[in-house]
Amino acid sequence: MSEDRQLGGDEVARPQHVGEEDAGARQAVLQADRTGDAEGRVVPDPDAGRWHDALRRVTQGSWAVSVGAVVLAVLAGSVLIAVTDEAVQEASGYFFSRPSDTLAAVGSAVGSAYAALFRGAVWNFQADDLAGAIRPLMNSLNFATPLIGAGLGVALAFRAGLFNIGGRGQMLVAAAAAGWVGFGMELPVVLHLLVAMAAGIAAGAVWAGIAGLLKAATGAHEVITTIMLNYIAFYLVSWMLATPGLLQAPGSSNPKTPPMQDTAVLPDLFGPRYNVHWGLVFALVAVAFVWWLLNRSRLGFTFRAVGENPAAARVAGIDVPRTTVSVMLVAGGLLGLAGATQVLGTVTTGFSSDIDAGIGFDAITVALLGRSSPIGVLFAAILFGAFKAGGSVMQASENVPIEIVVVVQSLIVLFIAAPPLVRAVFRLPQPGERPARKPRSRSKQKEVAA
Amino acid sequence: MTTATATPSSASVSEDLRHVTVVSRKSALVLTVVTALMALLLLLSPREGDVQYRMGAEGDALRLPDVALPGMTVAWVCVAIAAVLAAVAWLQVRAERTLSFAVPMVFAVVLLVAFLSWAGAGSPQDFPVSRIIGGAVLLSVPILFGALGGVIGERAGVVNIAIEGQLLLGAFAAAITASLTDSPIAGLLAAVTAGMLVALVLGLFTITYKVDQVIVGVVLNVLVIGLTSFFYSEVLVPNAERLNETDRFAPVAIPLLSEIPVLGPALFRQSVLVYLAYVTVPAVWFALYRTRWGLRLRAVGEHPKAADTVGIKVLRTRYRALLIAGGIVGVGGAFYTVVSVSSFGKEMTAGAGFIALAAVIFGKWDPLRAALAALLFGFASNLDDMLSLVGAPVPSQFMLMLPYVVTLFAVAGLVGKSRAPAADGVPYIKE
Repeated sequence: MSEDRQLGGDEVARPQHVGEEDAGARQAVLQADRTGDAEGRVVPDPDAGRWHDALRRVTQGSWAVSVGAVVLAVLAGSVLIAVTDEAVQEASGYFFSRPSDTLAAVGSAVGSAYAALFRGAVWNFQADDLAGAIRPLMNSLNFATPLIGAGLGVALAFRAGLFNIGGRGQMLVAAAAAGWVGFGMELPVVLHLLVAMAAGIAAGAVWAGIAGLLKAATGAHEVITTIMLNYIAFYLVSWMLATPGLLQAPGSSNPKTPPMQDTAVLPDLFGPRYNVHWGLVFALVAVAFVWWLLNRSRLGFTFRAVGENPAAARVAGIDVPRTTVSVMLVAGGLLGLAGATQVLGTVTTGFSSDIDAGIGFDAITVALLGRSSPIGVLFAAILFGAFKAGGSVMQASENVPIEIVVVVQSLIVLFIAAPPLVRAVFRLPQPGERPARKPRSRSKQKEVAA
Repeated sequence: MTTATATPSSASVSEDLRHVTVVSRKSALVLTVVTALMALLLLLSPREGDVQYRMGAEGDALRLPDVALPGMTVAWVCVAIAAVLAAVAWLQVRAERTLSFAVPMVFAVVLLVAFLSWAGAGSPQDFPVSRIIGGAVLLSVPILFGALGGVIGERAGVVNIAIEGQLLLGAFAAAITASLTDSPIAGLLAAVTAGMLVALVLGLFTITYKVDQVIVGVVLNVLVIGLTSFFYSEVLVPNAERLNETDRFAPVAIPLLSEIPVLGPALFRQSVLVYLAYVTVPAVWFALYRTRWGLRLRAVGEHPKAADTVGIKVLRTRYRALLIAGGIVGVGGAFYTVVSVSSFGKEMTAGAGFIALAAVIFGKWDPLRAALAALLFGFASNLDDMLSLVGAPVPSQFMLMLPYVVTLFAVAGLVGKSRAPAADGVPYIKE
């Protein structure tokens, strides 16, 4: 992912043809020049009717693959649930005398597990009224809130050809900064919240900016530096949490902060019945911002140019090191947003050093599933939020460990990343004979080269 | 900060970059800054008293006397040596020569001694030197095997982010197998198989289906974490006695070698896996640089098209490299459940795979340097125990943080821009 690597690889093996060719997949792939779309195989095909074309897009396009990937992953999850279910194991002991028993046991185990998942994530059909029925949906949105910001941070870095594994550190530092403002300062109502959020975003940006600066100034690989910064942030925040006068709650010996002041807490978005807070609005604004940044702004254009081909970007007059620093600053700010909403919205009663809750790493999968596009990240984050919300209900009511959700999530991303595999399984047509390509990708290529 | 002398060429940009000779002032600069910081620490926070180094270990035939020295004096002497090394680095810059890898390594050791002497000054407890070194070597084992596997994979052109997953699945497989068979060797073999299994999946997606290698690696890690945690809760916890209680490898003393003062007990009264590491590092080096297999593997990683042209099967070479690498990483995974502790726990590798990845890049994709980097990380993880033993003057969190700060400095300054194999991360599509 370093500049060298790209430069070196550029000439060596430029693939002529890669299975997935639509624009979405190209975004997911870190370096678009590897997918080799510069061949300009655009052959206008006047005979292809609109419906024909639409049908082709449905079967060859990315969403058919996505649905197939979800189906495959859920099937694999079912196998795991069935294999470890006691009733199934018992019934399979006499499988050959009464196979129907085994099948029934499999059905009931898998069915009730997924029903619980649905009940916990989307719609509680056991609730008495509508308000109770949509509570799971609200839970999912609550879980999705930090994933949106964090996913955007990782996705933005991906688009610029940088791999930001430092989500954990950036979130921790941001949580510390936002939390310190949140419980330690006395400010008027709205201002307090805004200052706390700004402090978190700034802290995240600075932490990621260190990695960007090191890469720009010395060429240090961002994979190493962000991992190291994760550990440094963790121990730094742990120390602050254990030191009275910094983050530790007065009169306590636990490494935990005092609760946030009421003026700094993000208000509930849909009233006190649901735990969705205004952090979701901040996250949605962040989605719009990143979309605008990447697709409409000059800065975002340089980000994408550097991501697709740093050598070309440099020739075109873009200051690559400077862009690297800017990318990391913005990415860190987005992760900082996630960290700040964690302490100001989700856990307002004081936090400890596990406040990041693995979101910094989940964000990588979210960004991959969302194919590094802002809208994609939004939906991926909501899906993963739903899995998290449903998974805990499934664990509580059906005794299926919540890790099954992690397995299904990762399989979805894995299958989505390998469209040829999914196409082969579902006998979807392989792309290649598609006559027309979207002209957008061509013009983009020209812009980059210009 | 970098003076580059480029030989202009009419060929493409990437052609130019391959012929650039870089004389970097960064290393010298970082050495100077770190030396100055250490001197500042000693000036601002002097500590009275002696530091005691225990040279012997229990059961030594030839026992060296323990050493007690005034801590500050030792620390200042070390800083002086460090200053000399920094001066050497500056001289090399003036002579436009690249700094040898040894200078930063010696520098690191000298500063470590300086720091330990400062921290341990005046403490009634002594530093057991053998135990410090031995513990570091032991703790570096999984990182070392992970890094070796990473080096092999990347040299063949496949970025392996899934080292973490290979270690974890290896630990998991070793725990179950060793518990069922009561044999740690069977556990070790199972770990090797598990590592290869992950490598096979990685290969299937990245080599056959040409999916982005970073994506697959990250996702495989998550998948393995999910699978092992799921089976841990569902299967291992209810049957802990039968499935999750291993016999560990006992430490074996090598005759004669283990009697060497100081180093003997540290290096040669260790677990079998440590000896395996001693053998594997030079073996991997030899295989990569001195055999036909290694030459082909590196060719595939640098210029697959050229390799293909001369008749090397690129995809097959990559698969083989990945599988061998996976097996090696698997050995590191076995460390967790048949050497370190005797049962599997959720996510017990705790990011060691990523540290191994850092060691690969830190070691510039070279097995020997990657092994040294892994050793450095082993020292780092061991440092905290040692300092808490003597009652260090600094909060423990900063002690724990130190290795990562040092790595950050090292990556930024001492190593400089690392250059990956040219075709690293690029799928090969035959035309």
